[in-house]
Amino acid sequence: MIELLGSALMQRALLAALLVGATAPIIGTYLVQRRLALLGDGIGHIALTGVAAGWLAGALAGLATPEALALPGAVAVAVLGAVGIEWVRAKGRITGDVAMAILFYGGIAGGVLLIKIAGGTSASLMTYLFGSIATVSVSDLLWTTALAGLVLTVSFGLRGPLFAVSHDEEFAKASGLPVQLFASVLAALAALTVTVSMRVVGLLLVSALMIVPVAIAQTITKSFSSTMAIASAIGAAVSVVGLSITYWHDLPPGATIVVLAIGLYAAGSLFQRFRRQPTPNTDPHPDLDDDVTVRDTTTPFQEPPP
Amino acid sequence: MALAVPDSQPAKARDFLGPVFRAEEVGVVLSGQQILFGVTFDVDPGEVVALLGANGSGKSTMVRAALGVIPMSSGTVSAFGSPLGVGTDWSRIGYVPQRMPASTGIPTTACEVVRAGMLSAGRLRTGSRRQAIAALEVMGMADRASQPVQQMSGGQQQRVLIARALIREPDLLFLDEPTSGIDLSTVETLVDTIDVMRRAGTAVVVVLHETEPFEGLIDRAIVLRHGRVVHDGPPPPARAAHALPGHVHGHPHAGPRRWRDRLGLAIGDQE
Repeated sequence: MIELLGSALMQRALLAALLVGATAPIIGTYLVQRRLALLGDGIGHIALTGVAAGWLAGALAGLATPEALALPGAVAVAVLGAVGIEWVRAKGRITGDVAMAILFYGGIAGGVLLIKIAGGTSASLMTYLFGSIATVSVSDLLWTTALAGLVLTVSFGLRGPLFAVSHDEEFAKASGLPVQLFASVLAALAALTVTVSMRVVGLLLVSALMIVPVAIAQTITKSFSSTMAIASAIGAAVSVVGLSITYWHDLPPGATIVVLAIGLYAAGSLFQRFRRQPTPNTDPHPDLDDDVTVRDTTTPFQEPPP
Repeated sequence: MALAVPDSQPAKARDFLGPVFRAEEVGVVLSGQQILFGVTFDVDPGEVVALLGANGSGKSTMVRAALGVIPMSSGTVSAFGSPLGVGTDWSRIGYVPQRMPASTGIPTTACEVVRAGMLSAGRLRTGSRRQAIAALEVMGMADRASQPVQQMSGGQQQRVLIARALIREPDLLFLDEPTSGIDLSTVETLVDTIDVMRRAGTAVVVVLHETEPFEGLIDRAIVLRHGRVVHDGPPPPARAAHALPGHVHGHPHAGPRRWRDRLGLAIGDQE
């Protein structure tokens, strides 16, 4: 264990995993409530186009390492794409799932196409698809910390309106809240989370870290706020534990973290099945008077005397 | 805790003396189909207006257009004397939709839903837990404040939605079929509450199918048919059959009079 914490590389990786694991489910809770659980995945796909576009821009600018612009490219394209989805959805021209499907396919195709033009190969995209936490640099860690700070500040500072927009959009509109603005803020936060987390779990799996901890938490919680808090704790725990496992065993970190989370979800669901016995025959509403008097059917019916 | 109904209107409702709400020549087109055709009506402070009409006559559409939820193709709506928009004091407008949005699986307590009722264009902070419980208390749901709404029946969810509108103590309240799916005693509670509110100067627009429980409380009825106002005036009798000769008016009217006398219900004590 001391050996694990002794390596500077592993320290950075663990810290990055902890931050991403704790923040991603916070955004994920809003997304699930808003029925946009797959938005993170859609953003992940379009971020690939952003990575390739950044790469292309770097190559065109004649940079020694064209890859340097991959992360800024991913952030810019993902934020634009996510806010674009919200905008298209609000216009009502297309349903959310069709908009996301188009984003999925367009994102992958655009990424593969642009990376070829930029002089790279599809293999160049692999580190972004599946993450490369083992090579987290100091600047990566700073970016991740800044993002975590931003996500936490906005999602707690605006938790009232973000909850209202996610829970009941029509009521939020009728309250005069600028729904489109808050929906765009949420989409942009999701895009930032995805792109900055891609170093940890990779673009294909970052969405899982946003959604699966929420799915685990909601089986045991009773409120929105506790779901968010517990999901964040679960996300942090599976990220750190998953990453630690890969220190001793040669396994891909992103996949290990996600499989661990899904395993936890399966175990939690099974546990719920056994725990949740139907309650015995009690009045579920002791505070309410019975509105209709029903004949007691347990005592045998007596024929009235003729 | 009893609320002494003030004789005069509260200060914030008093500074504007014209109609609290005005719809002028409102037209709405949804998916290429015209739903409303030039609907015009006013609502005065303290007035309870029933919006009646068959299914598809445009009642809910009118309410949603009045709140800016759906866009209008023509006409204007104004609240408190100014057109609905950025200048509107949204904190004074309350809304009870027909039903709770379908569950997404994330548990959400009644308290959390009601606290969100305090949000408006000018206020991004939710109401306090104490305020939410006071509003739930009015609808007899305070003891279920920490229960997830997903575990509640449709009628209980409806009561939570009403509490969410009450928490902001609106001066203009829209209710879209608030009585659907709720039992008689809850309807009585709602009628009592609306009565307290209108006496405090709140204007109420309520979409109804069955006016009977609200009889005596409704000052005016607006009847929509195919998106046009066909009647704006005294409320029609509860059911056409009641007016027919030979109909024996046998059932006792538990009566708004009695409801009104019984008012010990408080919606205040949140200050």
